[in-house]
Amino acid sequence: MASLKELSQREILFTGGHRLCAGCPAPIVVKQVLLAAPHAPIVVNPTCCLEISSAVFPYTAWKVPYYHNAFENAAAVASGIDAAITALRRRGKLDENKKFSVIAIGGDGGTYDIGFQALSGMLERGHRVLYVCYDNGAYMNTGIQRSGATPYGAWTTTSHVGDAQKGKQQHRKDLAWIAAAHGAYVANASLHNWRDLMRKVEKALNYDGPSFINVQAPCPRGWRFPEDKTVEIARLGTECCFYPLYEVEDRGRKWVINYVPRNKIPVTEYLKPQGRFAHFFQKGNEYLIEEFQAEVDRRWEHLQRLAKMSEDL
Amino acid sequence: MRKTIGLTGDGAAAEAMRQIDPDVVAAYPITPQTEIVERFAEFVAEGSVHTELVTVESEHSAMSACCGSSAAGARTITCTSSQGLALMHEMLYIAAGNRLPIVLINVNRTLSAPINIHNDQSDSLGSRDAGWIQLYCEGAQEVYDTVIQAVRIAEDRSVMLPVMVCLDGFVVSHNVEPINVLDDQEVKDFVGEFRPVINLLDTENPISMGNLTLPEYFFEHKYAQAYALEQSKPVIAKVDKEFGEKFGRSYGIIEAYRMDDAEIAIVTLGSMVGTARVVADDLRQQGIKAGVLKIRCYRPFPIDEVAEALKGVKAAAVMEKALSPGAPGPAVFSDVLGALYHKGVHVNLISYVAGLGGRDVPAKSIRRVYEHLQKIAASGKVDRILNYLDLRGWQ
Repeated sequence: MASLKELSQREILFTGGHRLCAGCPAPIVVKQVLLAAPHAPIVVNPTCCLEISSAVFPYTAWKVPYYHNAFENAAAVASGIDAAITALRRRGKLDENKKFSVIAIGGDGGTYDIGFQALSGMLERGHRVLYVCYDNGAYMNTGIQRSGATPYGAWTTTSHVGDAQKGKQQHRKDLAWIAAAHGAYVANASLHNWRDLMRKVEKALNYDGPSFINVQAPCPRGWRFPEDKTVEIARLGTECCFYPLYEVEDRGRKWVINYVPRNKIPVTEYLKPQGRFAHFFQKGNEYLIEEFQAEVDRRWEHLQRLAKMSEDL
Repeated sequence: MRKTIGLTGDGAAAEAMRQIDPDVVAAYPITPQTEIVERFAEFVAEGSVHTELVTVESEHSAMSACCGSSAAGARTITCTSSQGLALMHEMLYIAAGNRLPIVLINVNRTLSAPINIHNDQSDSLGSRDAGWIQLYCEGAQEVYDTVIQAVRIAEDRSVMLPVMVCLDGFVVSHNVEPINVLDDQEVKDFVGEFRPVINLLDTENPISMGNLTLPEYFFEHKYAQAYALEQSKPVIAKVDKEFGEKFGRSYGIIEAYRMDDAEIAIVTLGSMVGTARVVADDLRQQGIKAGVLKIRCYRPFPIDEVAEALKGVKAAAVMEKALSPGAPGPAVFSDVLGALYHKGVHVNLISYVAGLGGRDVPAKSIRRVYEHLQKIAASGKVDRILNYLDLRGWQ
């Protein structure tokens, strides 16, 4: 991977002047992804916060070819671009030496939920596409509704906190595991660890097959924390092992944990600064913290087992 | 070398696709379109095409992949039917709105519920406002010829819109007809090379496509798109004419069959045209002045041509295989009525919905429609506007 000095000399391909919120994680992720892309990037962006804020006609923040099509189909649109590259290259209509990095970048709503089928199809067919999910754990674009990625107990505008119900009733879907079952190159990453994220992006785009990278992307508006804390909240998410950094290689068999916290912090340190979990700390709701902690522990232990089993590979 | 071989409508479409040899085909199987994809997959397997075939996981993804491929500058074709077209519905609007010259072969089949795999035109007529050019074929030869023409029409610089080629499921798609197939090179020369104005692979000149467009620009964008569709009519006619000059077959925007002195006429599209011709011929032998107006190009709707052809007719019936529940009349009927109003032409016009869910539309039934028209022509009075052909219990 390029050194920080080299990276600092590369052109930033996502410009300022976009309309994303202060403290938004999406441009942080996008800049890192585009900086790390080893070939000429082509970006497909489903309908999401990033899309409606970065390419408002007649403006665009993208200095690379960019295509927004619909909400649920970024993976399918990217599949078509990949097919076009293959076909045009076969016909000799493209420069032999020219390589492309086809990248789909979507939020968790467009990836975990409505775009799930298209993502699965793209991974199964083996397109040379990197799908990056900036995972902010809810439908932020439409105003903070729960998604398959929303954590247990979190308040959203469709999982309220009241006498009868305390936030989201289910644990979040583990999409990286599902993606790994397709035999793709899969990674979990977080925007606070730019070196880890960019190494994974570069690896994915040099991989001769499909790839999926899930990126922890704390949303100040939806998670209810001050906009200068985005990176810090992400760090806490990883330090408590709610959002571990790992990658899956060898067609879903080799699991490698990229970062093991020296001291795994309790989830309360991650939950406390976020307004969406405020009710966790009210009297009588202690069980929410216990259940949240138990699930984080279960998944982390399972991940460690998989990594241990992979050591021999 | 040109040759005449037996092909089904689906087979004729697949053969045209083989000769066009598009860059990308993204498709999903559905009855009665499946044979096209199957045959094309054989061409891919034997290496007789250079196409990248994307066997997607749904029709929604089929049209999505087609959008990506077309936006990347690749000549792109897909095919579907019925529920598949319905599942693509969202994407049809986007393909047209993004001005992507995709060709879609739609094998007309009804829409659920109740589920039924047989023919009517509910699927594509239900997509009439998606902004696509829609061409309806009478038989398998026309399917073959129209698929080839569609590529040229879609990619014309002044058009840059997707084209849907429609053929009636089973009636055309699964019936074997003798098809005159052109030489591979002739087709290749006729369609030429796709030279996109802009494309996503031009990374030196990056463009943003599909941008969010707010109220200050949206209306103008949509009008420009609608204007392009309206203005595509001469291109459709020109391509058809050139095809005719080169290969001896052309179809026109509409075809007025025995309409010159006709007093009664059936206006229809798709395979019903062929049956109506036979009935009109019989009636002519009996001295009855019957004609048929075939609408081949349904979108853009040939307002002038339809009004001109029906001028002087005493009574006409629009026959179509689709309902518009709750509407003043079904789609094609309403459009014909609109065309007449535009041009200030008055004709006693009635509607016949026929053949839903694959119910046969035989000559004897079409003869009854002409008999109805004779009564209206004689009395000058329309007894009933909305009619349902061979509907059990309807009188």
